[in-house]
Amino acid sequence: MTELLRSEWIKFRSVRGLVIGLLLIPILTAGLSVLTASGSQCGWGYQTPSGQQESGGCSAPTGPGGELVQDTFYFAHQPLTGDGSITVRMTGLASSALQPWAKSGIIIKANTVPGSAYAAMMVTGAHGVRMEWDYTQDTAGMPGGVSAATPRWLRLIRAGDTITGYDSADGTHWTKVGTATLAGLPATVQAGMFAATPSDQVTANSSAAIIATGTFDHVSIAGNGTGGTWAGTFVNSGPPNPPGQSGPGGFQQTSTGFTVNGQGDIAPDVPGNNDSTGTPISHALNGVFVGLIVVIVVGAIFITAEYRRGMIRTTFAATPARGKVLAAKAIVLGSLTFVAALIGCAIAIPLASHQLRNGGNVVDPLTALTWLRVVIGTAAVFAAIAVLALALGAIFRRGAAAVSTAIVLIVVPYFLAIALPNLPTVLSDWLMRITPTAAMAVQQTIPRYPQVPAPYGPSWGFFPLSPLAGFAVLCAWTGGALWLAAWLLDRRDA
Amino acid sequence: MEATIEVSGLHKQFGPVKALDGMTFTVQPGQVTGFVGPNGAGKSTTMRVILGLDRPDDGTAAIGGRAYHELKHPLRTVGSLLDAAALQPGRSARNHLRWLACSQKLPAKRVDEVIALAGLDSASRRRAGGYSLGMRQRLGLAAAMLGDPPVLMLDEPFNGLDPEGIYWIRTFLRDLAARGRTVLVSSHLMSELEDTADHLVVVGRGRVIADTSVATLITAASDGRVTLRTTARAEATAVLTHAGATVTTVGPDELIISHLSAERAVVLLTENAIGFSEISAHRASLEEAYMELTRESVEFRGEPS
Repeated sequence: MTELLRSEWIKFRSVRGLVIGLLLIPILTAGLSVLTASGSQCGWGYQTPSGQQESGGCSAPTGPGGELVQDTFYFAHQPLTGDGSITVRMTGLASSALQPWAKSGIIIKANTVPGSAYAAMMVTGAHGVRMEWDYTQDTAGMPGGVSAATPRWLRLIRAGDTITGYDSADGTHWTKVGTATLAGLPATVQAGMFAATPSDQVTANSSAAIIATGTFDHVSIAGNGTGGTWAGTFVNSGPPNPPGQSGPGGFQQTSTGFTVNGQGDIAPDVPGNNDSTGTPISHALNGVFVGLIVVIVVGAIFITAEYRRGMIRTTFAATPARGKVLAAKAIVLGSLTFVAALIGCAIAIPLASHQLRNGGNVVDPLTALTWLRVVIGTAAVFAAIAVLALALGAIFRRGAAAVSTAIVLIVVPYFLAIALPNLPTVLSDWLMRITPTAAMAVQQTIPRYPQVPAPYGPSWGFFPLSPLAGFAVLCAWTGGALWLAAWLLDRRDA
Repeated sequence: MEATIEVSGLHKQFGPVKALDGMTFTVQPGQVTGFVGPNGAGKSTTMRVILGLDRPDDGTAAIGGRAYHELKHPLRTVGSLLDAAALQPGRSARNHLRWLACSQKLPAKRVDEVIALAGLDSASRRRAGGYSLGMRQRLGLAAAMLGDPPVLMLDEPFNGLDPEGIYWIRTFLRDLAARGRTVLVSSHLMSELEDTADHLVVVGRGRVIADTSVATLITAASDGRVTLRTTARAEATAVLTHAGATVTTVGPDELIISHLSAERAVVLLTENAIGFSEISAHRASLEEAYMELTRESVEFRGEPS
């Protein structure tokens, strides 16, 4: 087998077109990724009362887990030092357009800086009582909506780093909803009431500012430092408020309790969500689309060129075991395209991310391990697609037929599902399940969060299959095509 | 190993066309065997079957008793040239030979040796796409000789060669045969094999018409005929015909006499005082002998005028 590998390697490198194609893979992948990244802008702007224009790029804080988060809400709070608790009764959550994930309730938060650690008990527009903490965690409590007739009692108890949430329908019989451990929670935290609502995802009228209002009574807060006056803070992770304007929302003390008005969300930042500012890493790899076309052509002509010239007979006269020849070609081609794509992606991600940031975008941060998975995974996708194209070349024996089939199988679904964000997610998800493009799931870095409404489509970096399962779909295609090719090679006259 | 090529009962159908119809022959070492027949007679198909490239519907082909696909590094046993144009145009001769050498675990120096053998030194680093047909034939021959094989099989190696190239291949093939190798050379032009082949396998319509040594074939085709060169053509014809001979005019001063010995013809001509410049036993050309044999099996013959 070694001699066959060397033999195929000599063949590959002595055809200029193949070598040029191989070099084009990293050049086009990285080049086009950087180019499209350069065109992406994100920012805010307003005019000051003195007529000055202020503007800036988007920003998003990271939560305790390192992920991008939205942390915008109205907070009526008191300091709490050491252990303590807060208990309220809620009798209403109202909004001009009540969002399923509009939320209001009680929260214990490290401080009022966006992105800081917290744990909260809340009522929601359509998802009942929830306990949420540190942006990504969400546990269901009592179901059903809140009203004067069906009030909801909420309670948070802090003990050290641990905060436990309870709910109750009557203030007597309590049920534990969840326990949050907030590592490194400072001694003095802020505890109080909050309200927030995501912008309108129901009628897709995102420009309409909506405010959610939570109605509280039977408010009691216990612990060192509590008992003073309530302070109001518009916690804001979005664009800054023009000077002189207070942020949206506020709180009022009524004869029986409080109302808190707020907008925004306390949640992970999910690309595609109306309020999201984050950009998935897959947007730093838009050039992959063109790189794949090149890799398909290289893979197919590596064998169809031999058919075209009749050289395949020389090859099979030299090595009558045709399946072995196909395997040697696949290994040589797969290794070369893997390295080429690896270089392309490793260059594209930092350069394109840099361009994205220059345009004011916030690129989702990656851990080193995730970064490696995206780069190595994408390179492996290139390699497997190259081998799939090779197998198609062996099946069709003609470059044009093999390349167009591969493009219909791979590039067209990729384009439809990833490049067209308007395709219904149901459709693009199916494309991403059954076509070889399913393997693009290796680029998914952001988990799905049930508590954040978003399209969760491939164009936003979300794939229906896990990275491994998606890659397995591609491998099944490649393996199946290789098997068919080997079978046909053995059966047909050369 | 006994380096014979044994072909036995090959049948192959390409759609409605019967390409091989019981092709059977054996090629012996130590001589050049010509594989001749008109276009479409099944020569190339037979060679492809021997090389394991085409699968016969029936029958077997073996090299020294083994099927081609059983050979470990087949180019070390059988060198072949099927189609000199089957080259990647962008690849140089050297690289073409290098990948082949590599696939047979042959040392790199073997590449230089066959380049020198084929006289390709000056062109070996140029793209093969720019080669003349003659140079491609030389490269094909270099590739066939790469494994220093005991069996050599060439399909139409004279195509596109200039006289010098033809002479070079003939010498080369005779030399190989003289050193005990098995050489099978196909051609659709018998004249190309004149003075090269020792043995002939003549085929037509997918089967063997004759499997014979060149010497036997020519003797048979000559058939005791006598060539006579004379200016008195009419008189000579009259006298000889009268004596029972069949006389054919083949040129302005050349006659071919059958059914009469040369000695009897000399006596008759002398008695009648008919002058002649030459009289000799006729030796048929290989071409003639071949035409004789294949008259019935030529598939694509022009309409008689």
